[in-house]
Amino acid sequence: MRTTNKYIALAVGLGLVTLSACGSSSGSAGGDSKSVTLVSHDSWAVSKSVIAEFEKKSGYQVKVLEDGDAGQAVNKAILTKDNPQGDVFFGVDNTLLSRALDNGLFQPYEPKGADQIKPEYRVDEDKHRVTPIDTGDICVNYDKAYFSKHKLTPPTSFDDLIKPAYKNLLVTENASTSSPGLGFLLGTAARYGDNGWQDYWEKLKANGVKVVDGWEQAYNEEFSGSAGGKKAKADRPLVVSYASSPPAEVIYADPKPATAPTGVATGTCFRQVEYAGLLSNAGNTEGGKALLDFMLTKTFQDDMPLNMFVYPVREGAQVPEEFTKYGPQAEDPETMDPAKIADNRDDWVKSWTSLVLK
Amino acid sequence: MAVPVAFFAVFFAYPVAAILARGLHVDGAWQLARIWDVVAQSDIRHVLWFTTWQALASTALTLLVALPGAYVFARFDFPGKHVLRAIVTVPFVLPTVVVGTAFLALVGRGGLLDELWGVRLDTTVWAILLAHVFFNYAVVVRTVGGLWGQLDPRQEEAARMLGASPLKAWRQVTLPALGPAVAAAVLMVFLFTFTSFGVVQILGGPGFSTLEVEIYRQTSEIFDLSTAAVLTIIQFLAVGAILALHAWTVRWRESALRLVDESVTARRPRGAGQWGLLAGVLASVVVLLLLPLAVLVQRSLDAPDFGYYRALMSADGGVFLVAPIEAIGNSLRYAVVATVIAVVIGGLAAAALTRRDAGRFVRGFDALLMLPLGVSAVTVGFGFLIALDEPPLDLRASWILVPLAQALVGVPFVVRTMLPVLRAVDARLREAAAVLGASPWRVWREVDLPMVRRASLIAAGFAFAVSLGEFGATVFIARPDNPTLPVAVAKLLGRAGELNYGQAMALSTILMVVCAVALLVLERLRTDRTGEF
Repeated sequence: MRTTNKYIALAVGLGLVTLSACGSSSGSAGGDSKSVTLVSHDSWAVSKSVIAEFEKKSGYQVKVLEDGDAGQAVNKAILTKDNPQGDVFFGVDNTLLSRALDNGLFQPYEPKGADQIKPEYRVDEDKHRVTPIDTGDICVNYDKAYFSKHKLTPPTSFDDLIKPAYKNLLVTENASTSSPGLGFLLGTAARYGDNGWQDYWEKLKANGVKVVDGWEQAYNEEFSGSAGGKKAKADRPLVVSYASSPPAEVIYADPKPATAPTGVATGTCFRQVEYAGLLSNAGNTEGGKALLDFMLTKTFQDDMPLNMFVYPVREGAQVPEEFTKYGPQAEDPETMDPAKIADNRDDWVKSWTSLVLK
Repeated sequence: MAVPVAFFAVFFAYPVAAILARGLHVDGAWQLARIWDVVAQSDIRHVLWFTTWQALASTALTLLVALPGAYVFARFDFPGKHVLRAIVTVPFVLPTVVVGTAFLALVGRGGLLDELWGVRLDTTVWAILLAHVFFNYAVVVRTVGGLWGQLDPRQEEAARMLGASPLKAWRQVTLPALGPAVAAAVLMVFLFTFTSFGVVQILGGPGFSTLEVEIYRQTSEIFDLSTAAVLTIIQFLAVGAILALHAWTVRWRESALRLVDESVTARRPRGAGQWGLLAGVLASVVVLLLLPLAVLVQRSLDAPDFGYYRALMSADGGVFLVAPIEAIGNSLRYAVVATVIAVVIGGLAAAALTRRDAGRFVRGFDALLMLPLGVSAVTVGFGFLIALDEPPLDLRASWILVPLAQALVGVPFVVRTMLPVLRAVDARLREAAAVLGASPWRVWREVDLPMVRRASLIAAGFAFAVSLGEFGATVFIARPDNPTLPVAVAKLLGRAGELNYGQAMALSTILMVVCAVALLVLERLRTDRTGEF
């Protein structure tokens, strides 16, 4: 038995080394200058033709590595920053931006076309470590059928949500595990101030807000307006989701309804901006720069909305008809400086947890 | 022995140690005082308390529901038994992301309990406990029922003839023989519920947190690696203790029992009592296990002309670069590679553990190989990233990481299936062959191989099914051009819109069917001596 095992050991050992060798040559960014690797979260999506166009023009082949949800992807990128998994990182939003910048995740690069970005989204303009790519609003969605059936006006503002008429109607996500949940908390903090939001949440809690862990549960299981919620006989007609969720309810329906079954409470929105940047120690900086340039082109910015359900940041980029028709963009969403978010996020989440969950 | 040790060291121990060190070795000094800081926090103590008591309660409830099931599957013969036994194993290998959705339909609003009695259990601890029964039913049925079916009923009958009451005969003959298997099942269920992640997150809501959920939160969301490291160490110690106990019960079980073929012991139920028991068990299986699965199927069919299934064929949805249906191919390919790795590594480990001169160290390795079942996927995933990042082992962006991570989870199943069979091979046969001049290779080929062929097929099947459903580690490393089934389901569920939701249900149904088929094939291959899962 002993000698036999040794032979097998040898064979398997060789096998593993071979496997790992082909693994590393096909996967990592390394010195392979013909390919450029994009690290992102698992909401990344782009049309095949658009990527093909970039590959044809630039001569680089694009590899994409999806690294879990947004928070996870950023944390993993920080952990591996000395020897990164790719060249460009896309998908750090304003709630996590400071964590990325403070940890030196990115190196400076101002992409071509940066002057085309709408001014309100620009940050870090002296160093150019990150570039805004898209924006989206986290807003309360409502189930139109419920409100018309009960002859009730849907809420439009944060203030409405604590009115007795809307008791036990809202479901939101855990601010410590879900990015819409955190966005909604930050929205209330922006609206009511550093010391006022706790008071608001006390009232929200008294008004029967329900908290679940993730967006999937909130939207697909608890919210009566979504496709999943209808099947699950959900009973909450208000949910914290995105301004782009109503258009998605139309686009992913067969047959397509004339109007969206859900609407957006436009006075409850918090604006998220997603950034991309060239990773420090990237193996292929030239390719990374080309990719960042590309992400600001009109081609990419026009393609993005219907793939990732976000809005473009570039002046003149097309917002698809479905977006404007089925889900009006909030006119005056709440925003917050990333530095302020960084200073307060952990404390706020902690006090929110003990206030709302306990 | 060298290969499994090396595999375990490189792909498990080293990455886990690396991430722990990152958390606790700060600025060139070990921050061991952090351990006390963390344990002293009241939230953390609350998590520890909840983790323990919900695991105890889940285990007790699972035993209560599943032991009668184990008896019925072992001793009764009824039509559809083999199919049913395969189906009750499906939940065990399904990813929670899929099941959570279906399970809510049973205990959530508008669910069966709600419609019958107005009882809703979502976001209560009851939902967690019932889901744990759902997932772990098969562990008890397979471990305990497998042995029960092979116990020679004549021993109990003999005791009866000598004047023992039925209860006494059962207590003094059957129970001692069954004891070790029950203990092993209890410990495995306790292990799985102690480290529960998806069930607690999806069904429990944010009010409940197990150690595993807290490790995920600290690592993935809060990025407090030192707290995560401390929690990982605590979980490690707990899991280590559970496994040490388990290893002990396994050895205890290997005391000689008279085993007979299961087909001899199983018979048609007789009398009202036995029929009642059968009916009760079947009813509990239908309500607790089949209904949640049926809900998935029903929701996947909720569009005219199999609309959701047809949508799977197209890449137009924008969620993936490829048509979602291709996830099936990806999953199968990954699972095959993972199975090969798991069978080779697990088989070698089992062979080494069988050797008579295996010392205490080797036997300890048995328990060690089970550790990946109890260590959080996020710890292993983050560990992979910072440990396996340099040539020749720069695997961070490689596809091989997926099957490697899946194999880590598959190996324990292979070892547990092969070990009893290998131990049953009479060493004298090998010695005789050697004395007659056979080379070691030939001894292995002609003596061991024929006996273990079937066991290794079963082991492979189990590793395959587990790999298919594996989600925690896969989601870290899957790539958008080749998502696996569970990853594709999670991604579709993460988007608004009817078609996405429907496709998620359709893909879940496909995953369920593939797992069920794999397990049905296994049923056909059952060995004489049973495995332990």
